[in-house]
Amino acid sequence: MTLPDGVERHDFGGETSLATRGEPVYGERTEGEWRRWDPHRSKLGAMLEGGMETGLDGGETVLYLGAAAGTTVSHVADFCGPTYAVEFAPRPMRDLLDAAESRHNLFPLLKDARKPERYAHVVEPVDVLVQDVATRGQARVAALNGRFLDDDGRLLAAIKARSEDVTADPDDVFDAVREGLSADYELLETMRLEPYHEDHLGVVARPRSE
Amino acid sequence: MTDGWFAGLDPDDDAAAVERIQAGRADAPDHWPQRAVDAGFADDESTYYERLHEVTMAATKAAVQARERADDQQLVHAVRAMADCERTANELAERVAEWGGSRHGEAGSGVEYARSLAEGDAASGDDAADEGDRALRSLAERTAALADEAASLRAYIERTAPAVAPNLSMLAGPVLAARLVSLAGGLEQLAKKPSGTVQVLGAEDALFAHLKGSAPSPKHGVIFTHEYVRGTRREDRGSAARALAGKLSIAARVDHYSGDRRPELERELDERIERIRAREGDE
Repeated sequence: MTLPDGVERHDFGGETSLATRGEPVYGERTEGEWRRWDPHRSKLGAMLEGGMETGLDGGETVLYLGAAAGTTVSHVADFCGPTYAVEFAPRPMRDLLDAAESRHNLFPLLKDARKPERYAHVVEPVDVLVQDVATRGQARVAALNGRFLDDDGRLLAAIKARSEDVTADPDDVFDAVREGLSADYELLETMRLEPYHEDHLGVVARPRSE
Repeated sequence: MTDGWFAGLDPDDDAAAVERIQAGRADAPDHWPQRAVDAGFADDESTYYERLHEVTMAATKAAVQARERADDQQLVHAVRAMADCERTANELAERVAEWGGSRHGEAGSGVEYARSLAEGDAASGDDAADEGDRALRSLAERTAALADEAASLRAYIERTAPAVAPNLSMLAGPVLAARLVSLAGGLEQLAKKPSGTVQVLGAEDALFAHLKGSAPSPKHGVIFTHEYVRGTRREDRGSAARALAGKLSIAARVDHYSGDRRPELERELDERIERIRAREGDE
């Protein structure tokens, strides 16, 4: 697996880790102009660290759903092109706004990922759809937002089992989500994100051609 | 509706741009940067992106402020109004009962009695009722209506508290969550309080009596209404209150600072309370 341009491995106090170049956001370690991308705090970071073929080269146009406080999306904006960050909760969005201040290719939007028509007037078609929404119906969110993704684009999703059903066995939840996603997407690779994130499934998929 | 947010806008009109970002909609995305250049809104795509960054920042800042202000403060108003309605309804119900007793002898008590008078059981409902009966009945109607108002405010709180403070509402129940937010003055203020303070929120009188040296320290404030405190035997209530307050303050902090859902908090609290209650068998 090759890392996208703008993502490198660097040494942080004796520990080698992914890193991107940009202004620090959440108190992460820095080494010169590089800042550590901690896979424990970022599901996309864990997908890259785990060796998934994300298809990211660097410079892509990105729609990021569930940007939360901006931990991951700040790294994405460091190595990608125009990056649209959708988050529904106002409190984490406050931190995301701080992260976006110095990143002029990062466009924060306080919107509900289940209502894409509320941001389709702002977001252009994208190469990559990143999804990390802690809500029930994650496959449906991916389906609804498929309209933004180019035909040869990639969906990079972190599916959280407990958001679908706290009591069910995560494996059963993931099977159901895989099946749900398959209606609109061709799944290229899926991988559990342990040890970085418990009960999460990383998914790389591309839109089904009609 | 396939227009971009910039359609027909003066490129320098900030307020209109912010309004469009917030309230606009489109059925499908389009190559907006190109369209904006074609429409003369921006000279080139990089100018467009610069402008887009400015207006999305401004629109989102404004939206965050509006939502935050709205959410927890609305909850505070609602829970205080609910308490006012409940208290006033109970006071009036006592008055109705006292008055009713003087006229009918076998008066009941509380809001239920006022309600039964208001609904006019056969005894007081006929046209022969004198002026005093009518006045009493009218007061009973107001009392019942206030109790209804309290109930509908409670329903409003139960609907909205989980959106404002999901983890706190999960652990405390929506109404107790709203009371805690209200006593602290807001979710942010609650998130900043140490758990020992959360434990005695609502027991300020007892706390100040204790600080003056004239009383034992209060073991719990408003969290006493929680089953985990009230339903734990007296000797262990202090421990239960401390454990509950600890988890509630974590929940408030998660709600305020991250907004994530943390279902594991509930399980941890359940286990902790189970251990406290299991002590009973030890002695």
